[in-house]
Amino acid sequence: MLKTLTTDFELDLEADVLVIGGGPAGTWAAWSAASSGARVVLVDKGYCGTTGCAAASGNGVWYVPPDPEARETAKASRESLGGFLSDRSWMDRVLDQTYANVNQLAEWGYPFPTDDEGKPYRRSLQGPEYMRLMRRQIQRAGVKILDNSPALELLVDDDGAVAGATGVNRQTGEKWIVRSQSTIIATGGCAFLSKALGCNVLTGDGYLMAAEAGAEMSGMEFSNAYGISPAFSSVTKTLFYNWATFTYEDGTVIPGASSHRRSVIAETLLQQPVYAIIDKAAESMRASMRLAQPNFFLPFDRAGIDPFTQRFPVTLRLEGTVRGTGGIRIVDESCSSSVRGLYAAGDAATRELICGGFTGGGSHNAAWAISSGYWSGKSAAEYSRSLGEYKTQRQVKGVGEVGLHSGSDRSQTLATDEIIQAVQAEVFPYEKNYFRTEQGLTESLGKLNHLWQELRSSRVKSDNELIRAREAAAMVATARWMYSSAIERKETRGMHKHQDYPELDANQQHHLISGGLDRVWVKTQPLLKSKIQNPKSKIGVAV
Amino acid sequence: MIELVSESRCIKCNICVNICPTNVFDRVPDAPPTIARQSDCQTCYMCELYCPVDALYVAPESDVTTSVNEAELAEVGLLGSYREKIGWGHKRTSTAKTDQTFQILKQMK
Ligand SMILES: Cc1cc2nc3c(=O)[nH]c(=O)nc-3n(C[C@H](O)[C@H](O)[C@H](O)COP(=O)(O)OP(=O)(O)OC[C@H]3O[C@@H](n4cnc5c(N)ncnc54)[C@H](O)[C@@H]3O)c2cc1C
Ligand code: SF4
Ligand code: SF4
Repeated sequence: MLKTLTTDFELDLEADVLVIGGGPAGTWAAWSAASSGARVVLVDKGYCGTTGCAAASGNGVWYVPPDPEARETAKASRESLGGFLSDRSWMDRVLDQTYANVNQLAEWGYPFPTDDEGKPYRRSLQGPEYMRLMRRQIQRAGVKILDNSPALELLVDDDGAVAGATGVNRQTGEKWIVRSQSTIIATGGCAFLSKALGCNVLTGDGYLMAAEAGAEMSGMEFSNAYGISPAFSSVTKTLFYNWATFTYEDGTVIPGASSHRRSVIAETLLQQPVYAIIDKAAESMRASMRLAQPNFFLPFDRAGIDPFTQRFPVTLRLEGTVRGTGGIRIVDESCSSSVRGLYAAGDAATRELICGGFTGGGSHNAAWAISSGYWSGKSAAEYSRSLGEYKTQRQVKGVGEVGLHSGSDRSQTLATDEIIQAVQAEVFPYEKNYFRTEQGLTESLGKLNHLWQELRSSRVKSDNELIRAREAAAMVATARWMYSSAIERKETRGMHKHQDYPELDANQQHHLISGGLDRVWVKTQPLLKSKIQNPKSKIGVAV
Repeated sequence: MIELVSESRCIKCNICVNICPTNVFDRVPDAPPTIARQSDCQTCYMCELYCPVDALYVAPESDVTTSVNEAELAEVGLLGSYREKIGWGHKRTSTAKTDQTFQILKQMK
């Protein structure tokens, strides 16, 4: 029955541009492609407008007016934290494009607030409002949206160029195929089903699909972002913990623990519970906080806790590559991957170009999603035009393998839940992923390679299991690129903390490119020339 | 996790079925949707925002299920409280307009 996936489709569409993923990156991509005249189909695993992390959480945005001094400060501010892997010309492009597009949001009617001086304030976007608006705008631009329709595999033509995708509607079970001249992966990052706010649709599917078509990853060692949340809740918002005091169970203050020094919190959590209280916020500030981020207070209000006066237990939830910086390698300013016809945007693409090895709670992610989305849409539309009539004559085939087949030659059925728990056991624990060691990474990789073999040699029980099986495969693949890259980076840089090599090593100021499925590989790639050289600087690591 | 679909409030529009990012609900002919895959709930509160009649309640606990009492939730004003805070719904204005992030960032260390 799963064999039918590539032959029987209830829905068969043609498009100039197919966008996979409907978060900020995907919707900006769809909008810019449609605005340049392309016929666009956007598919989302969930519902475009509510799904992904931006819709649920909201975003601070790297929105800096074109004032040379302000721009200079913005560029300089994070270079050290990111381990000097970012590129100034890319920062300039992103700052320019983000500025223009956020102003566009205002024109579309996004209700930006005004600051003390009565000036419009555009550095923060409330998630639900932002993404509801984006959905409306792409519908107006003529984009066809397929909600609840995860993509499962990419299609390629005889020359290996990507030519669309296939997937399934998870509510009706109907299979779809979209044949397109170009395809944009905007499926977000991978948080390994950790239940961090809005992240459970983010299982690395786009990385897997892209890799199956031959694309490469970059910066996958920068994949160990953990967000602070109340221990019982999903709300990983770290900003307000800037005003928190962290304590042990008995109420004594944990030396050095802060929202900036999460490693102290992680170390303590390995031994005992950690509590927080947001007691350093003045009264007026407390009111502002409630108005700034209503969803931060939801879990507290519902659990009957006043976070300003009462202590509550906290935890660190893995946000993986969502607030990491690794992703599909893009090869030029069009946001093309290394495979013809395939583009990447947002968290699905590497963000090292603008923030090196560290983002965490930063406005860079939102800015990158907006600008890379915009560029990929425009370039994908141009590429489609350049193909002309060729599109209709192409023979295409699906290139997905692992987790997709039910072949009778495979005796074992896939225990999807067990595989997911097994991969989580390798990537969640702080002692494995936050504080990395050569031995730990090697052991984890052994287990992950084994899981991959199991996925490879098993068949999926039923169509209903297909989506989860692909998610499981994507998570295992992602973890393998992560840890294989982490082993290669024998130093501590950006968010990658290597216990055996706690210093930043000037000789490793390069990118790590990775890829491969059955056999994972990693190689180094020099930085772009426009990079400012600063190898002598003190360690730029986030602690 | 999602804990309640209020039988008395629900108008069976199935919006929640459509918009839940992780496909937690199932539609049921002539009845309110059911919570079919509760453990898939990612506690994102989006369904509450989109439910036009405040018929849903998402408990803050994201890893364990809890029991809730509809009458009590209604009494303490928790049904629809997020929707109210965001300023969505009839005769309300989006609170994005009163976002005070600028005050907070001013005082960031
Ligand atoms: C709690 C939290 C707070 C954050 N705050 C900030 C902030 O203040 N500033 C900032 O810059 N960044 C912030 N971020 C990060 C920021 O939200 C993301 O970088 C941004 O949303 C990325 O946009 P995206 O479109 O690439 O991905 P997403 O918004 O994650 O969207 C990805 C989309 O792809 C879809 N998808 C996934 N797999 C498939 C598939 N197989 N087929 C079809 N569709 C699929 C998903 O359903 C989803 O809609 C935060 C993140 C979190 C979790
Ligand atoms: S959105 Fe609300 S009213 Fe509509 S079906 Fe769901 S619970 Fe019922
Ligand atoms: S809280 Fe989010 S994941 Fe849970 S049921 Fe509601 S919309 Fe779905």
